[in-house]
Amino acid sequence: MQQSAAAHPIVEIRKLWFGYERSRPVLRDINLDIARGSVVGIMGQSGCGKTTLLRVIMGALRPSAGEAKVLGHATRGLDTEGLYAMRRKMGMLFQFGALFTDMSVYENVAFPLREHAALPEELLNDLVMMKLQAVGLRGAAHLAPTELSGGMARRVALARSIALDPQLILYDEPFTGLDPISFGVIVRLIRELNDSLGATSVIVTHDVQEALGVVDYVYFMAAGRVIAEGRPDEIRSSAEPFVRQFVNGSSEGPVPFQYPAPGYDADLELASH
Amino acid sequence: MRVADVRARLERLGAGVTTHVLRLGFASRFLGYLVMHSGTALKRFRLTTAEIYFAGVLSLIIILVSGMFVGMVLALQGYETLQRFGASESLGVLVALSLVRELGPVVAGLLFASRAGSAITAEIGLMKATEQLSAMEMMAVDPIARVVAPRFWGGVLSMPLLAALFSAMGIFGGYVVGVQLIGVDAGAFWSQMQAAVDVRNDILNGVIKSVVFGIAVTWIAVFEGYDAPPTAEGVSGATTRTVVTSSLAILFLDFILTALMFTGGTHQ
Amino acid sequence: MNRSTIDLWVGVFVVAGVAGLLFLALKVGNLASFSTSQTYQVQAKFANIGGLKVRGPVKSAGVVVGRVTDIRFDNETYEAIVTINLGAEYQFPRDTTAKILTSGILGEQYVGLEAGGDGVMLKNGDRLRLTQSAVVLENLISQFLFNKAAEGKPEAKEPAK
Repeated sequence: MQQSAAAHPIVEIRKLWFGYERSRPVLRDINLDIARGSVVGIMGQSGCGKTTLLRVIMGALRPSAGEAKVLGHATRGLDTEGLYAMRRKMGMLFQFGALFTDMSVYENVAFPLREHAALPEELLNDLVMMKLQAVGLRGAAHLAPTELSGGMARRVALARSIALDPQLILYDEPFTGLDPISFGVIVRLIRELNDSLGATSVIVTHDVQEALGVVDYVYFMAAGRVIAEGRPDEIRSSAEPFVRQFVNGSSEGPVPFQYPAPGYDADLELASH
Repeated sequence: MRVADVRARLERLGAGVTTHVLRLGFASRFLGYLVMHSGTALKRFRLTTAEIYFAGVLSLIIILVSGMFVGMVLALQGYETLQRFGASESLGVLVALSLVRELGPVVAGLLFASRAGSAITAEIGLMKATEQLSAMEMMAVDPIARVVAPRFWGGVLSMPLLAALFSAMGIFGGYVVGVQLIGVDAGAFWSQMQAAVDVRNDILNGVIKSVVFGIAVTWIAVFEGYDAPPTAEGVSGATTRTVVTSSLAILFLDFILTALMFTGGTHQ
Repeated sequence: MNRSTIDLWVGVFVVAGVAGLLFLALKVGNLASFSTSQTYQVQAKFANIGGLKVRGPVKSAGVVVGRVTDIRFDNETYEAIVTINLGAEYQFPRDTTAKILTSGILGEQYVGLEAGGDGVMLKNGDRLRLTQSAVVLENLISQFLFNKAAEGKPEAKEPAK
């Protein structure tokens, strides 16, 4: 069931429950491990809770019950100091990049370095250029974020998130709205950066086919629970009805086409005739 | 049925009041946190300087031009009335006291709220909506210390300077209209003004007012931006709220401060 | 908008703002006239101070020589005690009179000092012995009416003798 448990998992989640209100839990009884060095996908329908789970891993949300241990820190009792210490070892790529619009590409990538390390300008310059080279945008260093295409902006954001050589990289819907070429670039970068940095990556997405091509392990979520997990080939051949519907992209299955509604006749007022 | 209607209305009223009180409490805690984490804004003063530029320097034109026009109108209107009592030589006193005590801080504050306050709210609100603030938090940088605090101090430091410049330009405008255009005696204009305007009572109190207004306006601006719902309507609503709430706050505080400062003649 | 341009403009702005404040303080207000000079204090008692206020001027021969700093009520003699700060460069004889006068007809009230002839000058903490209270309008009017009435009375008294 678990992946190579040789190394201590970088993320351990046990019996996690989370809800903004007591009465409506968004995450129910989640148990998962993310092994060091792997690329793990968390997939599911919109609204299944996968982004919320990512926020719990990030430390932005505290578990209502259960435990989430990230990079050895238990996020439940973490104070601000500890939270920031944990985050310095992580990198996160937001859905649309979230670049700072009042700074150039160079300054955006340099930001974490300036904030957390007092480096001489020449060294800073070398590091920034290296990171931009890794994502293939060294030539765009002096552009403003508004001059970048969506794909380019996301790559710059990726360069920024790896500026401090993180041990854990989180991706929130990295494939959304990309053209096929940018798409291929991101897929390649996720794999390459993970391996070259010796890091671990967690991708939250609902782009099934594409994600199955890049991840080592998948957790499937629906309605706040993990309903299936396994390696990509296992998922593709899974007999679980929800997974089948999702992987095949069929419109009928456990998730019905029609949103729940009272009888059609009643709405058409045919009964009155 | 009417009892139920009234009750429903009262409930809504109560809910509205509670929401506002809660929001005020949140805003107060926000201000406290902001002030306590102002270390970055003060140590890396470059950040605050940039904000003084955006809030203060870029408001200069509107402040100077408005100040001059207000002073000119004061002189015109004041002369009309004063010369009926043979007191036209007190024009300088009228213009100077009106500006230094009231119009300088208040009008400059209102202009600042609409120009700089709304800009600050929109900027912070948009940064929130495009997840820039979350990204900053993810990079272990406190967005309140890095983004909000410099804007707060930039506004607070700019306001008194803008109000002083407004009053100065207004007096100059009043001089141009009163002395050069209408023909009031220049000597009387300045000497009566100097005799009547007291540095401690009038000018200092005016400065205190502008500082208080600066704090109020900038606090409202940064809070509304930070608290804005991360959508287009949310940010636009927040910007509008900043201008409206700031303006009301300025007028309300002006009343309180004037009552405290300038009705000292009633008790010796 | 690079850093040095921003710094330049902020510097200009701050200088302009401070200059504006200085202009207001010096050219518009009365900072230049009466702040840090040496002063000494004297006191004067009045039966009625009228509308005299703290910080009102003290003038002699029409020139401002001091300020009123304190006004109190003496519960034993039922008089007002006015404390005055006089500029050190102005020396007045011990028998100087202090009167409460009005600027113009309806202006603010001030303390007018008329120098006496004594050789000894006032020192810090001295009391002015000769004072004249403010004129109260109501008393003036009733005085006038009383005088008018008294003019008619002596003729009426004659027959009773």
